[in-house]
Amino acid sequence: MKPNMLVIDYRTGNSQSVSYALTHLGVAHQVALHPDLVGDVTHIILPGVGAAGTTMDYLDAAGWIEFLNERVRLQGLPFLGVCVGLQVLFDRSDEQDATCLGWLPGHVIAFDREAVRVPHMGWNFVTRTSDHPFAAAITPGSCFYFVNSYFAAPDDVSNVAGTTDYDGEFAAVVARGNIMATQFHIEKSGPSGLALLDRFATLTPKELE
Amino acid sequence: MTSLLPRLIACFDVRDGLVTKGLAFQDNIDIAPVEELTRFVYNGQIDEVIVFDILASAERRGPDLDMVRKVSRQLFVPLCVGGGIRTVDDMHAVLAVGAEKISIDSAAVRNPDLIAQGAREFGSQAIVLSMQVKRVTPTESIPSGYEIAIDGARTFTGMDAVAWAIRGAELGAGEICINSIDQDGTHAGFDLEITRMVAHQVSVPIIASGGAGNAAHIAAAFRDAGASAAIVSSILYSPRMAQNTGVRALKEQMADLGIAMRPWIEAPKRPRTDTVQGIPHTR
Repeated sequence: MKPNMLVIDYRTGNSQSVSYALTHLGVAHQVALHPDLVGDVTHIILPGVGAAGTTMDYLDAAGWIEFLNERVRLQGLPFLGVCVGLQVLFDRSDEQDATCLGWLPGHVIAFDREAVRVPHMGWNFVTRTSDHPFAAAITPGSCFYFVNSYFAAPDDVSNVAGTTDYDGEFAAVVARGNIMATQFHIEKSGPSGLALLDRFATLTPKELE
Repeated sequence: MTSLLPRLIACFDVRDGLVTKGLAFQDNIDIAPVEELTRFVYNGQIDEVIVFDILASAERRGPDLDMVRKVSRQLFVPLCVGGGIRTVDDMHAVLAVGAEKISIDSAAVRNPDLIAQGAREFGSQAIVLSMQVKRVTPTESIPSGYEIAIDGARTFTGMDAVAWAIRGAELGAGEICINSIDQDGTHAGFDLEITRMVAHQVSVPIIASGGAGNAAHIAAAFRDAGASAAIVSSILYSPRMAQNTGVRALKEQMADLGIAMRPWIEAPKRPRTDTVQGIPHTR
């Protein structure tokens, strides 16, 4: 089946940039502001810019949490979180002391401003750390574009599919079954990001079981 | 401690959809449509792009959103937009058509709260405080010896550049771009002194701007002045330079100078359908 992707839209998100990248890759997709507007979709992308608490409040108010639990957790559609869309997958975030989705065990903490410039902004290397099929598209030595002041600390290291060094290693990519996410902006990471996004678009629920 | 790479940012001043190049903020010559030049630098694997709508402020309007859209839909690296942004609504309009960042300059001097409003609404990472700085004799009110100017370097404010940078970061700017009026268009190198002073005083990333003429100038901004990013324009495309250097060649020259930049990667194959306009993978 050809992919038909859903890009969840919200006011402070970067859904437009994700849409441009998918258009460039020739991936059919719809951008929706509300779950009621969503038709049949095969994959779901949750982009993200901004704070974890604000993002969770928005997802809750618009009814997206229920929608995502249904389509991602029960039906097993391939899901990709981007930036804050990675951070909200964990139990909680120190940013705005937010309670998050809790799909993956762990929490989100801040970089040490005494040790490094914050935000962590720019291109950085990602090292693949798992054999999850999504991570297969991360080639050695490739760089991706990050903007983050917080980072995820997963309790279960087997959920980490790629790491990046900034004042120590942190989870740049997480992947467990049909749930995948990148801390970097996959849609703004040049050819490396586009290749990974293309990989996501071609994954089927069967491959991810 | 970190493998974060310094960024090379291509900057384009745009009027009526055309990239234009000035000298000391004057005597502009038009070069090419902005979407052509941004595609050119994307294919060279530039790290980031900034476009300024240089007529927006004077014409008392927001930035040209059609222009931003034309650039953003084919640019898969971060895009910052400046010129004519005076309100949170202006910022929202620009982000909604695919930009990641907003550059504010004169409007922030007139209304510093705009920095805080933007940071609250969109996050600090989206707000770049751009400063026009000019070297002056240090005084009690300008102890750094660098004064802030606004409105295309036509109006001087009496504000100290370092103090303004510190205040801007406190208000929530996620990056500070230091644009030297003295060096702009000279191709003689960045003003390392003010760049270094600000980099020491604030913890957000600093962008060096104005005066880049060769790879050594950029290397100095990173190595000697603590900049996290450097803006280039003339080197890449100005007809005023005897010879232009492409992004890839420039990064190779940086590597020869011992500055690691984002490594070149072979672009992947064509998009999977022919109905989508692809980007030619030229060097």
